[in-house]
Amino acid sequence: MCLAIPGRIVALDSDARNQAVVEVVGVRRKVDLGLLQEESIRPGDWVLIHVGFAMSKISEADAADQIRTLALLGESEAAIEEVRGYGLEDEKHSNNERGAGP
Amino acid sequence: MRYVDEFRQPELIAKAGEEIRRLADPLRHYRIMEVCGGHTHAIYRFGLKDLLPSNVELIHGPGCPVCVLPMGRIDDGLSVTANPDFIFAAFGDMMRVPGTHGSPLEYKARGMDVRIVYSPSDALKLARRNPEKHVMFFAIGFETTAPSTALTILRAELEGVRNFSVFCNHVTIIPAIRAILDSPDMRLDGFVGPGHVSTVIGCRPYEWIAKREHKPVVVSGFEPLDILQSIVMLLRQLRNGEAKVENQYKRVVPWDGNRAALRAMAEVFELRPYFEWRGLGFISQSALKIRPAYAQWDAEQRFTVPGVRVTDPKAAQCGEVLKGVLKPSQCKLFGRECTPETPIGALMVSSEGSCAAHYNYQHHKPVTIANAVAL
Repeated sequence: MCLAIPGRIVALDSDARNQAVVEVVGVRRKVDLGLLQEESIRPGDWVLIHVGFAMSKISEADAADQIRTLALLGESEAAIEEVRGYGLEDEKHSNNERGAGP
Repeated sequence: MRYVDEFRQPELIAKAGEEIRRLADPLRHYRIMEVCGGHTHAIYRFGLKDLLPSNVELIHGPGCPVCVLPMGRIDDGLSVTANPDFIFAAFGDMMRVPGTHGSPLEYKARGMDVRIVYSPSDALKLARRNPEKHVMFFAIGFETTAPSTALTILRAELEGVRNFSVFCNHVTIIPAIRAILDSPDMRLDGFVGPGHVSTVIGCRPYEWIAKREHKPVVVSGFEPLDILQSIVMLLRQLRNGEAKVENQYKRVVPWDGNRAALRAMAEVFELRPYFEWRGLGFISQSALKIRPAYAQWDAEQRFTVPGVRVTDPKAAQCGEVLKGVLKPSQCKLFGRECTPETPIGALMVSSEGSCAAHYNYQHHKPVTIANAVAL
């Protein structure tokens, strides 16, 4: 919950309001851009994500730093698991409707 | 120290360590509080204490939202969803946190529909997908997560999703700092300010600490070098007799915060007159509740909530540890009755709590049955 996860904007979703597809270390997920209304966000930009919402726009170098920090803190796997969990409807088979298992 | 060796800029880290030793007056003892649980975790993980002279002491603050949540709130939340027509949704961090009659995970084992969600917006999706059920999102967190909950409630309103509500436990960091500073047994010299909370609230809300309490605040990033640089900045201010708010984490934290996030919070939430914090007791205006305009999405306004109060066992000295009066290992229960597997006190509940961090990273000696019995 308290992880700040860097992701690169891959595409802005034209259907859903304020949604974007981001890529985080190879995982693609939808995140919400509703808290970045005052920034102009374009594909290729890097953002820091908290609980599925992009919270700030950051530089690519800072994103790399943050990825390294997560690794050093031993939280990379937790971050990937969290990102995989974003966007329930996007995954029709495996992670969907998963229960409360750890 | 071994963790620090893995880091990219060992020479800069060594320099920061030297600078800290140069700035610290050997005749003075410095007590610096890092407010955020993420910093506490990083300090232990990277062994940063080993880089500090013995007269620069780090006190681990109240910034772990799982830790400070009173057990009665968990009981209350789980009582709402006891009905089989309900789904209890929460972040994974909450799943093992014990209530009086077990954790959400244990309730699930007994048949409650309990789901991990990674985002409040996913709890809303669950509601859309399960129209015959009511989904209650058990919301926790400081200002880092509160805006996302607010935005999710606004979405629920916009889309007219009625089978969704939020059990709101969001807390705000400033009143907790105030409570700690007001405590008579407290003596702190300065603060390492939280990084991600400040992304939302900015740096201005800390200015009273500098102006009125004359204590420096440096908002800090999470890398070892960030934290050490922040300590350098604090010691420099203290040496010069200054007290101001500085931003070490400029690359992420804007001075004025995130205005869209603050707007969403102000729209949906108002301050509770008071709220209980585990280890600190009741603190006035320290938590958020959902405004009456959004009562439809507020589990507490919509359903009957018993209002359970569970006092922490007297033997647990969480309050003293939170205020830095005791070190984690000085608590009578630390590592004996109270461990990360069987937490009794608040600070052992989450890996970002200072006791759990201390336990996990300080080569813990196994406790024999003999000395456990001796207690």
